[in-house]
Amino acid sequence: MLKIDQTCYRQLRRHGEETYPHECCGVLLGRVEDDDQRLVMAVARAGNTRTDSPQNRYNIDPRELIAIQRQARERGLEIVGFYHSHPDHPARWSPTDLAEAHWLGCSYVITSIEEGQARDTNSFILRGGEEAEKHFQDEPVEVASQIAETNTPA
Amino acid sequence: MKIHIPTPLRQYAGKKDTIEVQAGSVGDALFALTTIYPDLRRHLYTDEGKLRAFVNVYLNDEDIRYLLKESTPVNENDSLSIVPSIAGGSCACCCACRMNA
Repeated sequence: MLKIDQTCYRQLRRHGEETYPHECCGVLLGRVEDDDQRLVMAVARAGNTRTDSPQNRYNIDPRELIAIQRQARERGLEIVGFYHSHPDHPARWSPTDLAEAHWLGCSYVITSIEEGQARDTNSFILRGGEEAEKHFQDEPVEVASQIAETNTPA
Repeated sequence: MKIHIPTPLRQYAGKKDTIEVQAGSVGDALFALTTIYPDLRRHLYTDEGKLRAFVNVYLNDEDIRYLLKESTPVNENDSLSIVPSIAGGSCACCCACRMNA
């Protein structure tokens, strides 16, 4: 289960609308509960470095991710997943999404953007004990009115 | 020096997000890390002993590929960040995707 703060949910969908017809991308910050539920308390926009094919490809610069991770740590948050958009394409993972996914145990949230409007937002958790076994599993999404951050460093 | 462990690998590193090691080079630091936590090795390295292509290693804010790779010298005040790639995208050809949808 992915539980996401309502404001964060709107933000990631809006991001996809703003970058349309290109794919947007970003990082989901929060914490993982003992029951394997992922809580998203903040989202961090990232740049898409795939300027060669931004309409159907995205890539986040590791340097940017390091900075996001550092800021998250200071807030007592951790990376629980990533989001990106599919312009005029279903909110389902593609073979490319799977091939390029390496953060086992993290959520990958995809939003379909049709003619500039956000439609479906789905989440998939990357499962598997190692790279050769990885696969996406559908993950239910619950949009919560508010999820409080803690001040306890991760 | 510190080594920052990404979320997916913490379960193989005693659930820690940061590990302290003593090393003179990036390679020595990663060797120390995988000696303390052997389960990390298969996630970081191929069977041939090379860093996996999707594993980015940054010394402070520099990609080691553009330094001296694993021979890059380090000191106690440096930090290493292990950052698996984040990429993907919809397909240009929609056959498999529409079936999946």
